[in-house]
Order: sequence, then structure tokens, then C-alpha cells
Amino acid sequence: MSRATRIPLWALAAGVVLVVAVTLLAIGKFGAGTLPERNGPPVEDLRVERTVLRPGEIELTLRNAGPDPVSVEQASVNDAFVDLEGGGSPIGRLGQGTVTLDYPWVADSPYSVSLLTSSGVSIPVAIDAAVETPDGGGGFLLSMIVIGLYVGVIPVTLGMLALPVLRRGGRRWITVLIAFTIGLLAFLAVDGGLEALELSTEGSGVFGGAALVVLAAAVAFLALSGLDGWMRSRRSEAESAGASAWRLALMVAIGIGLHNLGEGLAIGSAYSVGELALGAFLIVGFAIHNTTEGLAIVAPLAEQRARPLRLLGLGLVAGGPAILGALIGGEVSNPEIAAALIGIGVGAIVQVVVQLLPAMRDGSGRLLGPANAVALGGGALALYLTGLLVSV
Amino acid sequence: MNLPGNDDKDLTRRSLLCRLGAAAAGAGLGSAVAVPASAAEHQHHGSHSGGSMQGMHGGANGPTLRGGAEFDPAAANGFDPDRFLRHFDWGETTRLPDGRTLREWEVNAVEKEIEIAPGIKFPAWTFDGQVPGRTLRCKAGDRLRIHFGNGAAHPHTMHFHGIHTARMDGVPGLGAGLIMPGERTVYEFDAEPFGIHLFHCHAAPLAEHIARGMYGTLIIDPPGGRPEADEMVMVQAGYNTTFDAEGNQFYFVNGIPFHYMYHPVRVKKDRLVRVYLTNMLEYDPVNSFHLHANFFEYFPTGTRLEPTEFTDTISQVQGQRGILEMRFPYTGKYMFHAHKSEFAELGWMGFFEVVE
Repeated sequence: MSRATRIPLWALAAGVVLVVAVTLLAIGKFGAGTLPERNGPPVEDLRVERTVLRPGEIELTLRNAGPDPVSVEQASVNDAFVDLEGGGSPIGRLGQGTVTLDYPWVADSPYSVSLLTSSGVSIPVAIDAAVETPDGGGGFLLSMIVIGLYVGVIPVTLGMLALPVLRRGGRRWITVLIAFTIGLLAFLAVDGGLEALELSTEGSGVFGGAALVVLAAAVAFLALSGLDGWMRSRRSEAESAGASAWRLALMVAIGIGLHNLGEGLAIGSAYSVGELALGAFLIVGFAIHNTTEGLAIVAPLAEQRARPLRLLGLGLVAGGPAILGALIGGEVSNPEIAAALIGIGVGAIVQVVVQLLPAMRDGSGRLLGPANAVALGGGALALYLTGLLVSV
Repeated sequence: MNLPGNDDKDLTRRSLLCRLGAAAAGAGLGSAVAVPASAAEHQHHGSHSGGSMQGMHGGANGPTLRGGAEFDPAAANGFDPDRFLRHFDWGETTRLPDGRTLREWEVNAVEKEIEIAPGIKFPAWTFDGQVPGRTLRCKAGDRLRIHFGNGAAHPHTMHFHGIHTARMDGVPGLGAGLIMPGERTVYEFDAEPFGIHLFHCHAAPLAEHIARGMYGTLIIDPPGGRPEADEMVMVQAGYNTTFDAEGNQFYFVNGIPFHYMYHPVRVKKDRLVRVYLTNMLEYDPVNSFHLHANFFEYFPTGTRLEPTEFTDTISQVQGQRGILEMRFPYTGKYMFHAHKSEFAELGWMGFFEVVE
């Protein structure tokens, strides 16, 4: 036995941590003096995270995305100086601040705001069309719930009504249907991923931007995989075919639910900046779009006994998050949070696709037989086409 | 621009300050907000002791700077737009053998960070630490001698508008040419023609040297002088705080945006008022001057004693200048500003306050 092995593991680890800590402290205390000073002006980089318009005032929530403290001293709107509250004192790195401009804005007009920092740097803020921001009160809550029901819960549940038809189709049709579902989900994942990455560039970027989206998707994927593994192990002793099918349906519902959270978020934030053309067209569009999602949930259940309450529960799991998303989107129009939430939906969908893949094998054990290939493409195409109806 | 309460003689100083505070707090004019007594003290500095403030200040009432009313540029920068307004530097005079007057000035190029608006610092290049530089004044036919020292970190010159030799023109490559940091030179020429002229640095890049603040006014009085009047100088210019050479973030007369909104120029009813107006605005092609509720006689460049126009609005390109003469028949507050509304709302506006 060598001497090294006699040192207890905890002591070895503690020693390493101690050396690292002492070195870092020493560098922190004495190291700065050994570096040259920065030869340049302070970097002033403020990003607008949220714009709220109330009658006679414009409120901007700012994030310092640069390395140096920034203070907003003066502001002009459309080339006229305005009085403001907030700012004034420096906002530190990663810090958040709010400035409220006293300005008689006119509904529907575009505005260009310029925030001047103490060094005279102009931070431009564009308001595409001035619309009073919903106040977040009871009326707003109710509208978001109604929108969430229309675009989430109702269509998903309607989609489940196809179950009796599936049941008549037989085994061959079920694998094709699962392939159709996978195509549809794959499209959602790609679409959501692109949208999240695009959104992530609109935010301040200080919290990682695109990397945050990938991280959110990965965490969602791993969390759902873990959940699925846990449910499997709990039932492994005597899992009937039925229980396994319901578990699969639940996983699909959770994945779609997380996706609908992002969809609701987009609707809510579009509503809050007045860009959502609410109307029958949008509602019907979403209904068609999300009905296909209901179909995806019940596909694994084609050979099971229908249990209406359970089905309704799945519908709520898949559609309900749209309500939550709409509420969040209406209140927190922070592109990075939105991108991360959509990223979670993407990770969830990918996980569901991985889950569903084995069920797509046809009678001869092939994944991509002619029928499946057509169904996969058809699923993606169906979502693409119905998605055209509802772009917000 | 329609302003509330302009002719309301019942307004007391206290209530005016309250109004201002209310407007600054984003509230309507109806509600009063207490303003500390120290804010009232600020109004007394310079030539406007007891002057009142009312009018614009926020929202639909008009543009304003945050903290503009409390801002004291004299304390911040050691130089006061109120004093600048009526300050004419006649120089040191001696009599030449031929009987003419020799006037001498000492002018130094200095770099100075100035607070141009509450909280906004601007790294200015100046003549003697102020923007605009001192107004130099003389009489037609005087011999002028300007001792110029460059105490700044960049080469500078003094280029005067007027009639003189090439060697005294203050441009690179002629005469003394560029005056390097730490060096000195003397510009000497006769004061001609009479009128209102200007001077500025002519080192390259020219636009930046001017936009940073190196300009001022040279007034040459005609033989026999002009009729007695309340005389003042107004230099129009701007600050391009982003240094992108695309327009300006601030516009003003006499160095501080909106200054005469918060501290109106007080003049006497029926008395002749003479404004020496120049335009040194960089990065925008045309500037203008508009007077509310009154008209003025305009003498372009001041080189003729007869006015060419009786109007309430004139325009000047960069380097153009002229003399405005007016009398105010009514008491009250009368706005003056660039009639390019953008410049006005970005700082180039002020008030005359006419008193008995």
C-alpha cells in the first residue's frame, strides 16, 4: 500500500479546494496591480428588456449588458428632450434599472427614443407602434385565460375525438399515424428552435442568448427522460401494455404542453404590444393547428379502452400551459426568458420524438417503410401549412 | 408654442416653483409639489435675480431636461451663460504712435470637460475654458493683437473672419500655421470691416475642432458707434456628444441647452434691444432665430447701418451672422428659438422676460 492511499479522500479534496481558494484570493488582492489599465473610454451598453406605455409616459426597463456602470442622465423622444424619472444613478454590470419618460405619446405612432448616458452616448430605443400596455388586471387575466382555452385546451381535446376512428383502423394504420405524429413533432421542434434562437438575439444577450436556448432545451430533454425512466422503473414489475401506452400518451402530452407554453407566450407578448390580430381567423387557425396535436397524444392509445376523464386530463396537460404562457408573455416581455421557455418546449418535443420512435416500426420491423415516410413528411407538412394560418 | 399661464400676473415665485416641481414629477399643473428652498436660491444667480420660471417643463407643455431648472452651469463649469450674454471683452488698450488704438488680448486653447446638461459631461476643446469663447469687441480701425497660446494636447489655430493678410489668417501652412501644444503665436491685423464677425480654430479635422467648442464672436463697432441699446451676444451651436458627425444631440445659444428657458433674458419694456447673433452650428446645414410676439430689424453681418428686413424669423448657415434690433411694447415672457423645431426641442430655445 502506497503512502498516498492512506490520505483520506476528504482531506485530499479539501487540500485542493484550499490551494485553489488561496491562489484566487491572492490574485484578486494583488493581481490587479500587475495588469495594464484599460486604455479606452468606458463601454456603455444598455439594452431595453421591456417597454411599457401608459397614457403620457413611456417606461423602459434596462439591462446593463456591458462591463462598466452606466447612468442614464437625459432622454429625448423623436428629437425632443423629455423629463424622466429613474436612471441618474449608475446601473452596474448585469444590473437592471427603469426609466420613466414624461411624454404625451399618440396611439399607433412610431417613436424613436434616445437615452443619453453621462458621457453623452446615445442609446437608441425604437417603439414600432405606441400601444397602451395592458395593465395586468382582472380583464387582462380573463382575456389571456380565454385565449389559452381557445388555442390550447379546446383544440387539443377536439383532436382526441379522433380516437374511435383510429381504433377501427387497426395496427397498420396506427404505426402510420405515429409516423405522422413524429413528423409533426419534428417540425414543431425545428420551428420552435429557430424561433427561440431568433428571439434570443433580440434580448440583451447578457445571459447567454443562444446558449441559454440550447441549455434550456437540453435541461428539458434530460428532465423528461429522467421522468420517463422513473415512471418506467416504478411500473416495470407488472407493466401491462395498457399502462405503457398511457405513459407514452402522458409523455407526449407533457412535451406538447411545454411546447404550448411557448406558443402561449408568443401570443401573450404579441397581445401586450398590440401586435396580435385577435379574431376568428386566428382562433380557427390555432384550432386546426393544435387539433393535430391532440391526435398525436391519442395515437399511442389506439388499442386502449377510452377513459374520458383521463383523456380530458391529458388534454389539460397538453393545452393548459398555453394559458400560463399567455399570462407570462403578457406580463414579462423579456425576449431572453421567452427564448428560454420556447427552448424548453423544443427539448421536450425532441424527447417525445425519441420516445415515440420505437412505436413507429411497421409490421416488417422497418422504421422508414414507404407508408411511414409519406406519413412523416405529411405530418411536417400539415403543421407547416396550419402554421401559416397562425403566425403571430 | 402655446404655454399656460404666460400672462398670469398673479403667479408668485413660490407657486411657479411648485408648478415646475409638479410638472417635473410628471403630474399635471394643477397639483402642487413642494420644492426645497434651495431650488429657489438657484434662480437668483447671474443676471436674473428674482426671475421667475414657468411655461414648458415636461409632457405636452414642452421639452425639458431632467433637473434643468436646478442646474447651475456657473457652478458646474466656472463659466456662466448669463454673464456671457452681455459680456464684451474690449481687451487692453494702448495708443499707437500714429494715434490709433492698439487692442490686445490673451487667448489660450484649453481642453476642459464641461457639464453641458445635468449629468452629461462633454470633453470640450475651448478658448480659455468656456464655450463659446469670450466675445472680443473693438472699434473700426483699431489695431488688434491677439496673443494665442496652445495649452491643449492637439494643434490649434485662431482663424478670424475679417480683412487681413494671408499670414494672419490662422490656417495651417500659412504664417504661423498650426500652433503646436505648448507653442504660442501672435495674430495682428486691423479691425475691418465693421460688423459682427467670428473666430474659430481652423486645424483639421475642421468640423471636429469647431464642434468641440472652439469658436467665438468678434464685434467691430462702426465709426461713431451704434445707438445706445441693451446689447447681448448669442452664439448658436450644438454638441455632438456621440462624435458620429451626424447631427447633434444638443442645440443651444451660448453653450448651455435650454438655459434661457430656465433663466429668461430680462429686458426693459420699450428699450432698444440689440442681439449680436452668430451661427457656429456644425453637422447641420441651417440654423434660424425666431422671436415670438414681436418683430425685429435685421442687419446681415452688421456691415451696413440700414436694416435689410423687418421680420420675426431669419436663417443663418454656418458662419453667417447678423444684428437684430427690437423693442418690446408689452411686458411678459416671449419665447425665442430656432424655427427648426427639432433644434428648439433639443435645447435651442429660451425666453425674453420683459419688465417695466
